[in-house]
Amino acid sequence: MLAPSPVPPEAVAVRDLRKRFGAAEVLRGVSLTAREGEVVAILGASGSGKSTFLRCLNLLEVPDAGEITVAGEAVRWRQRRGGRVPADRGQVDRLRARVGMVFQGFNLWSHRTVLENVIEAPVHVQGRERAECVAEAEALLAKVGIADKRHDYPAQLSGGQQQRAAIARALAMHPRVMLFDEPTSALDPERVGEVLAVMQALAEEGRTMLIVTHEVAFARDVAHRLVFLHEGRIEEDGPPAETIAAPRSDRLRQFLARCRIGVA
Amino acid sequence: MIDIAFLAESLRALAAGLPLTLGLTGGAVALGLVLAGLAAAGRLSGIAVLDGLARLYVFVFRGTPLLVQLFLIYYGLGQFRPDLQALGLWWFFREPYWCALLALTLNTGAYTAEIIRGGVLAVPHGAVLAGRACGMSRGLLLRRIVLPLAARQALPAYGNEVISVVKATSLASTITLLDLTGIAQKLIAQSFRALEVFVCAGAFYLAINLAIIGLVRLAETILAPDLRRPRPV
Repeated sequence: MLAPSPVPPEAVAVRDLRKRFGAAEVLRGVSLTAREGEVVAILGASGSGKSTFLRCLNLLEVPDAGEITVAGEAVRWRQRRGGRVPADRGQVDRLRARVGMVFQGFNLWSHRTVLENVIEAPVHVQGRERAECVAEAEALLAKVGIADKRHDYPAQLSGGQQQRAAIARALAMHPRVMLFDEPTSALDPERVGEVLAVMQALAEEGRTMLIVTHEVAFARDVAHRLVFLHEGRIEEDGPPAETIAAPRSDRLRQFLARCRIGVA
Repeated sequence: MIDIAFLAESLRALAAGLPLTLGLTGGAVALGLVLAGLAAAGRLSGIAVLDGLARLYVFVFRGTPLLVQLFLIYYGLGQFRPDLQALGLWWFFREPYWCALLALTLNTGAYTAEIIRGGVLAVPHGAVLAGRACGMSRGLLLRRIVLPLAARQALPAYGNEVISVVKATSLASTITLLDLTGIAQKLIAQSFRALEVFVCAGAFYLAINLAIIGLVRLAETILAPDLRRPRPV
């Protein structure tokens, strides 16, 4: 798949992101720009900082240093004892509403039906008309293939169905960017395909997506770019097919070898 | 031998104590819930001073018998009558009803604070993360996600607590109040028939708690709709 041209505007731009948890330095200066319509697969061994990186983008983790710009709006900071924090909580909420996030563990709200999960944020965060949100939610649920489950509760769904509901919930906010944090890692192997198929369809309609994943084949076939994180730094960043076929770094080569063994 | 006529008479006499028992229960449960909400918020605030205060409150009122608390408030504070009069609080501490209500409220508040805290801590972290990721403000997250999930978690334990408040109101009879138990003791003193009187009093408490169990069950079906339906095998 080709990256769209001419060069579209930046959807997310991150410069020199750093984050430490106690003594462990998890991100050691990560810079990455994703343009609109771009699908970026982020690979890395566990502990490489890839999930932390993704969580920093919507400020579920607060990075110690570095700049984050979402859809042209840069996060403002203020200094506080023990580090910096976002200066404006309202801005944080606004940016988060522009970034859809899909979690490894689905994280649906168990006390609400699938449909209620999808309309929750559009109605209560964005203040949109309920009827309009319901109509849109039903269309989204149809798109991810679980329209018949809309009045069920999350616990009644299989993992793959829950993850598809979670994708619909994220899409309902009309996000500028979609973040996927290992979206298939908690699924039974036979359920992985149905979630990847939904994600592939989203990629094909030109959505901006950052995907932390272990699915090397998916990254190769669907992503425009592959980013390999190692020990908190970007080790490789390039077109997926070439990068996977001929990794420049030993780290990526070792990682890919391990993944293939894991798959086989 | 049970005297049916006396039994019926006891029922009628005891019914007069019902409003007091129900009033103390309702008042203590409602005020205790507010107090417990504040104490739980203090415990969960992450602010050392508030956490410490809430911890101390729970420790003291959970760690001492309600009867002792009741006596301290009614008889103990009575020794400070001039000071309380100077503060304009004597009207309150002079009345056994207010003292009983205060003791019950403080006591149930301490227990309920821990029930609420437990419920909030049991809310899955992922549900909170998902709310934050959608751009929910703190208040919205609390109202739409955290409290509903915490409430259903806490409800069984809270039902127990309300029932124990009903029974605890019987201690109000020790500071001269004529609640169900107070009237029962008076009837026994007059008739020397403990069996009929206490059977009737017990039946009243059972009836009240039966209604409470029904209310808790109703609340459960409202708060936990997903648990009502059978899950797929």
